[in-house]
Amino acid sequence: METEVHEAAGAAGHAGQAVGMPQLNFDYWPNQIFWLLVTLVAIYFLLTRVALPRIGAVLAERRGTITNDLAAAEELKQKAVLAEKAYNEALAKARAEAQAIIAETRAAIQAELAVATAKADSEIAAKSAESESRISEIRAGALQSVTEVAKDTAEALVAALGGKSDAASVDAAVAARMKG
Amino acid sequence: METEVEHTGLAIHPMDQFIVRKLFCHTESASPMNECTTNIHWYDITNVTMWMAIAVLVIAAILVLGTRRRAIVPSRSQSVAELLYGFIHNMVEEVTGHEGVKYFPYVMTLFLFVLCGNVLGLLPLSFTTTSHMAVTVPLALMVFVGVTALGFMRNGPGFLKMFWVTSAPLAIRPVLAVIEVISYFVRPVSHSIRLAGNMMAGHAVIKVIAGFASIAVVSPVVVGAVTAIYALELLVAVVQAYVFTILTCVYLRDAVGDAHH
Repeated sequence: METEVHEAAGAAGHAGQAVGMPQLNFDYWPNQIFWLLVTLVAIYFLLTRVALPRIGAVLAERRGTITNDLAAAEELKQKAVLAEKAYNEALAKARAEAQAIIAETRAAIQAELAVATAKADSEIAAKSAESESRISEIRAGALQSVTEVAKDTAEALVAALGGKSDAASVDAAVAARMKG
Repeated sequence: METEVEHTGLAIHPMDQFIVRKLFCHTESASPMNECTTNIHWYDITNVTMWMAIAVLVIAAILVLGTRRRAIVPSRSQSVAELLYGFIHNMVEEVTGHEGVKYFPYVMTLFLFVLCGNVLGLLPLSFTTTSHMAVTVPLALMVFVGVTALGFMRNGPGFLKMFWVTSAPLAIRPVLAVIEVISYFVRPVSHSIRLAGNMMAGHAVIKVIAGFASIAVVSPVVVGAVTAIYALELLVAVVQAYVFTILTCVYLRDAVGDAHH
């Protein structure tokens, strides 16, 4: 390859003391090619022995860590969902229990109340029956008194008018009036 | 090729930066071509050696020193190393397919060498190893010979089917085959000249423009221009390293990838 480029560009190359294009000075080529090869081999070994495996390992490790972290996060999320579910269940259960207790208590109070009401009703009934009997007694007493007063008054009126009072007819008249 | 402008007092030597010279060599000569820059043997320790060694040290610093802690949460230097690794690894995998990943270390070597050569060359007073065809031609030939050998080893004579474009009408296939063969053999030329040419041209332009800075009237403009071109050259240095690498991957695909013609 050197020779073919030599032919093409040899004329333009170094001419005596003139610098020209150092790129076309083929005296330099062996030196440059030699050090190029040395450099490339050095870089290649540096890369394949140390740098690339290391960076590759770091990148793989990072990918692994990220994947693991994501998996862990997913797991924790599942746990959180389960915990929330358990919490909701517990809440619902507690609420149901509270409802049951409320209903029970209400029923108990209702029963007590019913008993008390029945007792009070019966007492009230007894008292009102007693009162009624007394009222009817008083009323009967009053009627009797009214009848007597009416008879006495009627007899006194008849006597005052100069008549003779007939007890039987006065009784009949008073009884008829009282009925009316 | 001489760009010296002696009569105006300007001494612009844009190509002097590309001269290979022996280290540990003292010369009294004022000429750029003296005993230190001529008769260089292949084993001499030159500025080429030094700047390639610096490239190796930089690569070691970034990829070995930077990753020494192997942290799950990377430090800045480790991030740079991982970024380079991921960038080239993805490129190889995407361009050459899954089969090509085992050639990733070779591609990474080429990329890092070219990238460091290009970027280090932008340091003032430095020597740009990748601006020399003596460097880029062997690099490109290595890829060319390697890919060709790999293609024949993996596919046998079937590798030649690459030149026989079955999706074209039968009549023009021979013509296309000739064109394909020519383009195949032109690859190493364009591959190497592109890199060396870009590097050399940019650095020479900076030198030429910077030479005018000694004229007081235009020196502010020159400083601005050099700054702008320097920024552009930085971009070119990185882009050319990328281009060289992705072309390597594209060529590699012919040998290891699925038939795509």
